[in-house]
Amino acid sequence: MKIVVCLKQTFDTEAKITINPDGKINDQGVSLIMNPYDEFAVEEALRLQEKNGGEVTVVSVGGAKAQDALRQALAMGADKAVLVTAELAAMDEYSTATILAKAIAGLEYDLIIGGFRAVDDGSAQVAGRVAEILGLPVVNVVTKLEVADGKALATREIEGGSEVVEVPLPAVITAQKGLNEPRYPSMKGIMKAKKKPMEKKDPAGLGLDAAAVAARVCALEYFLPAPRAAGKIIPGEPAEATAALVRALREEARII
Amino acid sequence: MLQKGGNFLLEALNAADVFTPEDISDEHRMIAGTVADFALNELAPRVEELEHQPAGLMRELLVKAGELGLLSADVPEEYGGSDLGKLASIIITENIVAGGSFALGHGAHTGIGSLPIVLFGNEEQKKRYLPGLASGDLIAAYALTEPNAGSDALSARTKAVLSADGKHYILNGEKMFITNAGFADVFITYAKVDGDKFTAFIVDRNTPGFSLGAEENKMGIKGSSTRSLIFEDAKVPVENVLGEIGRGHVIAFNILNIGRLKLGAGCSGSAKMAIGLAAKYALQRQQFNLPIAKFGLIRQKLARMITEAYAAESVIYRLAGMIEESMEDKATGAEIAAAIEEYAIECSIAKVFGSEVLDYIVDELVQIHGGYGYIQEYPAERLYRDSRINRIFEGTNEINRLIIPATLVRRAMKGQLALLPAAKALAGEVLNLRAAAPEEDGRPLAEERTMLAMAKKLFLLVGGQAVEKYMDKLAREEEIIGILADLAIQIYAMESAVLRALKAWEAGPAGAQMKLDLARAFVFDHYPQLEKWAKEAICFLFDGDMLRTQLSIVKRLCKHQPADLIGLRRQIAARLLEAEKYVV
Ligand SMILES: Cc1cc2nc3c(=O)[nH]c(=O)nc-3n(C[C@H](O)[C@H](O)[C@H](O)COP(=O)(O)OP(=O)(O)OC[C@H]3O[C@@H](n4cnc5c(N)ncnc54)[C@H](O)[C@@H]3O)c2cc1C
Repeated sequence: MKIVVCLKQTFDTEAKITINPDGKINDQGVSLIMNPYDEFAVEEALRLQEKNGGEVTVVSVGGAKAQDALRQALAMGADKAVLVTAELAAMDEYSTATILAKAIAGLEYDLIIGGFRAVDDGSAQVAGRVAEILGLPVVNVVTKLEVADGKALATREIEGGSEVVEVPLPAVITAQKGLNEPRYPSMKGIMKAKKKPMEKKDPAGLGLDAAAVAARVCALEYFLPAPRAAGKIIPGEPAEATAALVRALREEARII
Repeated sequence: MLQKGGNFLLEALNAADVFTPEDISDEHRMIAGTVADFALNELAPRVEELEHQPAGLMRELLVKAGELGLLSADVPEEYGGSDLGKLASIIITENIVAGGSFALGHGAHTGIGSLPIVLFGNEEQKKRYLPGLASGDLIAAYALTEPNAGSDALSARTKAVLSADGKHYILNGEKMFITNAGFADVFITYAKVDGDKFTAFIVDRNTPGFSLGAEENKMGIKGSSTRSLIFEDAKVPVENVLGEIGRGHVIAFNILNIGRLKLGAGCSGSAKMAIGLAAKYALQRQQFNLPIAKFGLIRQKLARMITEAYAAESVIYRLAGMIEESMEDKATGAEIAAAIEEYAIECSIAKVFGSEVLDYIVDELVQIHGGYGYIQEYPAERLYRDSRINRIFEGTNEINRLIIPATLVRRAMKGQLALLPAAKALAGEVLNLRAAAPEEDGRPLAEERTMLAMAKKLFLLVGGQAVEKYMDKLAREEEIIGILADLAIQIYAMESAVLRALKAWEAGPAGAQMKLDLARAFVFDHYPQLEKWAKEAICFLFDGDMLRTQLSIVKRLCKHQPADLIGLRRQIAARLLEAEKYVV
């Protein structure tokens, strides 16, 4: 069974976000990680491979640094990696998905897995778009996955419960927290990852010209949330303080 | 370029000669990140529970670490290890510290516990023990100390006598304060065969006649097991003699060398962790309507803490990189041990400096927390208690201080280190010596580099005079030895800090500012001590006119224009507070 995992390198979830004078997000000195939802995807692919044999290929669209995230997947156990570096002035989900789909189209696959969203821009669009371009069924926000006889049985979250969906393979699955507990790369795995193949491409090499990948959506402005106002402590005996709190919530905050 | 051990005191080195944390490979960076994640997510949440030593927990965590390969970095692949090399093993040690007492159990097992077999075991012993030690199926402990033989380890009283049938050694005696004893399966211990031949043995837990004392009630690292070992006619098979009869001291001392570097690495990791906690707390705690991080005296503390930690980290990576390089063509355990022995001086420096830096930092961590630092709910309180042991075990810091000049003098006498010619040459030029104006070469830290060169001369001056006066009786003048050790430690630390910053600057000035500031702050903060120590020694060594002449030489050598430490520290603190964690 051949599995392709789409993964993205994102800011560390603890990273401090700041905006440069030119209005763009400052990425200098920020530590980068594999998007945590993509870690679930990698883990699931590795588990399926351990059960059914086959091969796991990890694919990323990003800057040169994104190879660290790919190496991490290789260290966890993936077999090979493809990095498409796109030096575009602006990218959106359309650009990324177009490039990813083109890169994946050149690979063999029975199953494509990705995180259901990335923790940075949180658009949750890319995997769905890739499925659309490749003409594949997609199941989103999956928390349990079984694969057998050319079919995938996926449990996904829906409002107030969950739903079990069956799709024929090849298909695109997006991972939600709960799907599995990702492994740590072992020390041996890390040393071996260096020797695993990492193919490097760019959009032109994939046959995509600038117009084909130009962003359709453009961000007009980035701004940080207003700093949180200081909290208020209501002094006094519990009974009085509670009454004062209820009053404040009703009259000042107007939320009850 | 590979340097001889101790050579840093004689020659001016270049940035290219030192390994720095910025030089680690992508793989090593990933190892660091993975281990830190593992420690934070899998170990840190169990630290509190571990403090009470519930049965089986330390072993469970060790096995879990073993699954990732965190127990086998030093074990060759043919025996089930991952043979990652010494640098990787140091990186693991440095990054596993969020596990609290776990780090102790891990260190005792992988370092002093397993290494004797890795380096000195015979084929059969390696096959029998190493795969289990690498996976965590077997846990090791190292038992050198005895109730009456601590620092003076070779005065051990435990005896071994060959049984009548020649199949066993019968051991009698007691070992004290043995880490991991409560649950270890394999004990590396020492006994004197026929009462005089100091010899290493591998003792299995189920050996008849072998038992354990009660768990000690300790000040800190409460999650680690510490017990005595009791040998009452314990029957140890002759196959379990480790190395040669009568050569146990070779194993004991070699294992301690690498143990000392690892201890320093653990201290460096803990120091960085403590700094993160200190910065976060200072930003969050409000007094006088301001976060305490706004106050100058708190900022000064934070800046000093990170300056010391930066120096410690620079020392550890410099030494680890040097040892890694020296390992390249070494295959047998004996060769590896000898290669590490070459850096015995630097290993002692790493141990003393690392442990004292950490103690200083956790003390200030508590202070920044005010009363909350004294309360067990905050990690500061535990870190403060846990840190203290590092100055005591793996050779007390006093013993390690004694080792530094003793090793230098021994090598000088054997002609392995050109210390005596250098001291002689210095004596010739000494009357004309004065602190030279820094040579501007377009690179930063010119003043600091000149000061370092003078500090090395200062060391030679004091050392040369002391050796000349006391010759082979110098060992009795411990205070002078202590001063020489402190000079050497500070010189190594200053140089590591300076050359690291310089190397970073050479790679790209944009990313080097913090390191340059830290190196400068470190040098200017500590340099005046060198003069004070040297004068103390000179006042003891000389009197009358000779004393006046020598003092004036010291004064001239140490002359320098002080730096604006307050301004420097404000900038350092600002960057630390911005990052809210150790950042260079
Ligand atoms: C928690 C803990 C864990 C330990 N784990 C282990 C372990 O796993 N394996 C093991 O073998 N040991 C272990 N030890 C023992 C430790 O290594 C010894 O305690 C240490 O070496 C000091 O020996 P001592 O306690 O007998 O002190 P002493 O040797 O009695 O020293 C007392 C004081 O005198 C000083 N001193 C001694 N000789 C000199 C000298 N010549 N000049 C100047 N000052 C001197 C010392 O520096 C110290 O300050 C552990 C100890 C503790 C507390």
